[in-house]
Amino acid sequence: MREEYTMSKQTLIVIGNGMVGHHFLEQFSQSPAAEAYQVIVFGEEKQLAYDRVHLSEYFSGSSHADLAMGTADWYAEQGIDLHLNEPVTAIDRDNRVVTTPKGAYPYDQLVLATGSYPFVPPIAGNDQSGCFVYRTLDDLDAIQASAKGAKTGVVVGGGLLGLEAANALKSLGLQASVVEFAPRLMPVQLDDQGGALLRQKIEDLGVQVHTEKATTAIAPGENARLRMKFSDESFLETDLIVFSAGIRPQDTLARACGLEVGERGGIVINNQCTTSDPHIHAIGECALWNNFVFGLVAPGYTMARTLSAALNNDTSAAFTGADMSTKLKLLGVDVGSIGDAHAKTPGARNIRFHDEQIGHYRRMVVSQDGKTLLGAILVGDNSHYDTLLQYALNGIELPKNPEALILPESEGGAPALGADALPDTASICSCHNVTKGDICCAIDAGCSDLGGVKAETKASTGCGGCTALLKKVVDSELEKRGVEVCTDLCEHFSYTRQELFHLVKVNGIRTFRGLLEQHGQGDGCDICKPTVGSILATCWNEHILATDHVPLQDTNDTFMANMQKNGTYSIVPRIPGGEITPDKLIVLGEVAKEYDLYTKITGGQRVDLFGATLSQLPEIWEKLIAAGFETGHAYGKSLRTVKSCVGSTWCRYGVQDSVGMAITLEDRYKGLRAPHKVKMAVSGCTRECAEAQSKDFGVIATEKGWNLYVCGNGGMRPRHADLFATDLSDEELIRTIDRVVMFYVRTADRLQRTSVWMENLEGGLEYLKQVVLEDSLGIGEELEQHMADLVGTYQCEWKTAVEDPEKRKRFREFVNAPEQTDPVQQWTSERGQRRPVLESA
Amino acid sequence: MKARTCWEAVCTVDDLVADSGIAVWTEDGPVAVFYLPRRLPALFAISHTDPFSGSNVLARGITGDINGEPVVASPLYKQHFSLRTGVCLEDDSARVKVYPVLLDGDQIRLEVPLAQAASVAA
Repeated sequence: MREEYTMSKQTLIVIGNGMVGHHFLEQFSQSPAAEAYQVIVFGEEKQLAYDRVHLSEYFSGSSHADLAMGTADWYAEQGIDLHLNEPVTAIDRDNRVVTTPKGAYPYDQLVLATGSYPFVPPIAGNDQSGCFVYRTLDDLDAIQASAKGAKTGVVVGGGLLGLEAANALKSLGLQASVVEFAPRLMPVQLDDQGGALLRQKIEDLGVQVHTEKATTAIAPGENARLRMKFSDESFLETDLIVFSAGIRPQDTLARACGLEVGERGGIVINNQCTTSDPHIHAIGECALWNNFVFGLVAPGYTMARTLSAALNNDTSAAFTGADMSTKLKLLGVDVGSIGDAHAKTPGARNIRFHDEQIGHYRRMVVSQDGKTLLGAILVGDNSHYDTLLQYALNGIELPKNPEALILPESEGGAPALGADALPDTASICSCHNVTKGDICCAIDAGCSDLGGVKAETKASTGCGGCTALLKKVVDSELEKRGVEVCTDLCEHFSYTRQELFHLVKVNGIRTFRGLLEQHGQGDGCDICKPTVGSILATCWNEHILATDHVPLQDTNDTFMANMQKNGTYSIVPRIPGGEITPDKLIVLGEVAKEYDLYTKITGGQRVDLFGATLSQLPEIWEKLIAAGFETGHAYGKSLRTVKSCVGSTWCRYGVQDSVGMAITLEDRYKGLRAPHKVKMAVSGCTRECAEAQSKDFGVIATEKGWNLYVCGNGGMRPRHADLFATDLSDEELIRTIDRVVMFYVRTADRLQRTSVWMENLEGGLEYLKQVVLEDSLGIGEELEQHMADLVGTYQCEWKTAVEDPEKRKRFREFVNAPEQTDPVQQWTSERGQRRPVLESA
Repeated sequence: MKARTCWEAVCTVDDLVADSGIAVWTEDGPVAVFYLPRRLPALFAISHTDPFSGSNVLARGITGDINGEPVVASPLYKQHFSLRTGVCLEDDSARVKVYPVLLDGDQIRLEVPLAQAASVAA
């Protein structure tokens, strides 16, 4: 027997639980070295690491949970000892011990991921109430509290973060202003022309911009809470001030224990992210590499990956700088800055395009020989960004007429760089550091579509900015490998669902047989028949049990109930918005009792009645219809429920009538046939009790109207819905949903939920916004009209069915033996209700 | 020795639904009868019992053809059964009983084994 021995694990301590610290833990815990270490994490804040990049969304409906990078469960699963709300107060390098108010912890390796703190200019009066910084959720809570009763807010600092902060103040309903010391906005990323255009666009949005203003003092105001005095004797009054004038590396602990720090702050690190003490490492905004602090998250992630590799004894691991290019939407305005945007390279030349009419500015900085792209600036339209970035990052030789890359085309979008031209090292997704080579590997390993590549590489699952490029690369690589992507619906139709939709609509085809004879072959099957049935219903809205349509429907649609495993059915009457009168509730109870139906409340705020036989269905529905119920379409690929919270009518927090809106939406979209089921919900305030962000269409009330979220999903693959439009009026909300729903119904694949549909749309969410909000295809009115036609021809399928003796004939269990019961259906009792006897097999 | 059978009248033409199925109760238990008017023959009869769930549901499935073979898809777990042979296309160890069927005037008749008692009496 071999000698067994145990070796106690070494201890790795991480100070700081921000985005970079968390990313390090994600990388490290998946690496072989994780086995050798017990990891302890100290976080100063009380929350788990969250996404600071999208902080302003906290005011437009996102909670900490939405912004969180990981969960406490994940930390527990990895065996990480997590100490939140426990700041480290000292590092004893000689004894390798860190101290917190709660105790002392020895370490073998120490990682500093302490981030940065906001720089507050030394202005007299900058510490009085009403003055804030913008970095943590606690900061945001304080700003939100102060914003109650305030009318105006000023952000000091017109850089990237300052404009984000201005957006946050705006979404709190304040009249926001930006005060910048430099002569223009975003002085680091933009030039004068770009800065001026950005300023104009931001002012058009109602945010005032003051440049070349140096604040000298802050004093109590006369017409507002505070008065800011400027060096030119002018002043500005405001109710609150947010300082966002840059960041400083949080290096206090490092200084105190004598680690080498830079002249202007920052913990000095080498290419392996190790400090002057070989047992201590630093990553992210607290680190100083090559006399440079990186204030963006992507370089911090690169450092985290480098350090994780170095701790795994990977001698090739090295941080060698990072690309500082950025693409952003600030207050809704596209801004992009790539590489040497200010043409500091000797001999660099500029190519500029500026259209004042539509407000687009683009500048390319090219090398002296005109062959390589050194940098670029974009304001107003980022559609050229991806292509330009690939040219700059990979040193791809520019075409003979490089200006074509930024000139508007007479039609179509910006000229795109062919996926073939990219080298394998080209970074496609910078959030997850996925290169073209990684994507090729994933395809060679068996991924055969976009979704598979996304799942395998995580590409395009961060900010999503690379979706279109990713699709091009995947398509081109699949094509190269001779994979012909077969999009035929089934053996009977060599068309996609979308193509069939067009054939039906354009040619006015009204029956399955007609479509099959003109455009298909064979008899059809259980794939194409329900698909075509759904298309016909969307186009012409005839009763699903009209003679021609009966054989097309899945059994649930045919019998307008949900088949259960023993062949009986469950019944779900519509209860719009989950609102029901006591009398109707009593009817449900009486019917359930009479037919001995197992009764259960559904997740969608309805009542499900189980165990009805086929022949009982029409009788039961006669009773339900008499009491005022309609079919709930729980059986159909159609709108299920619109869940709601109780809203402003009762709830002390509610700001809008969520129940009323839910009922309006449910009544509008009920019966609509779609490629898959559609769920909606309406919440009366940002507390989001209706869980709207897990629905295909989620509506959340704001002080000013409604925020619309789209393409969420619960179920097997949960997905948070994306914020689509904000502060909509009732009419705008309905018009927007009309358009998205119809566009989905027309273009989605069979059995494709909105979430997958949107992810597969080329251009993703942004494209959907263009089509719906900007009407880029010019089909907005047509989509609305189509929806209006469907709403106008709605009928309760069950009401029509029970009134028609021919249709009722379909509900005979055995056509020749009305009294015969199905011997397979055996019953027992459990918790006071009837349930099927389960087969022991 | 061939089991004794009879041609039982189970329903009329009016009971049939084109391109779909109906269920009837026979001497041999529940049977699904399908009417595919564009095929020759147009009538098919197989057991109504889905072998995978044990439930009587096959008449409520969607009909069609797979590589030319007329089939019904079980409404529960979606396996396809040949209407001619009763064999499951996804799992040929599973099959359902097939009944000869004919049109007699406006009556649909199935050939079913005589029940035990009837057999003795005959």
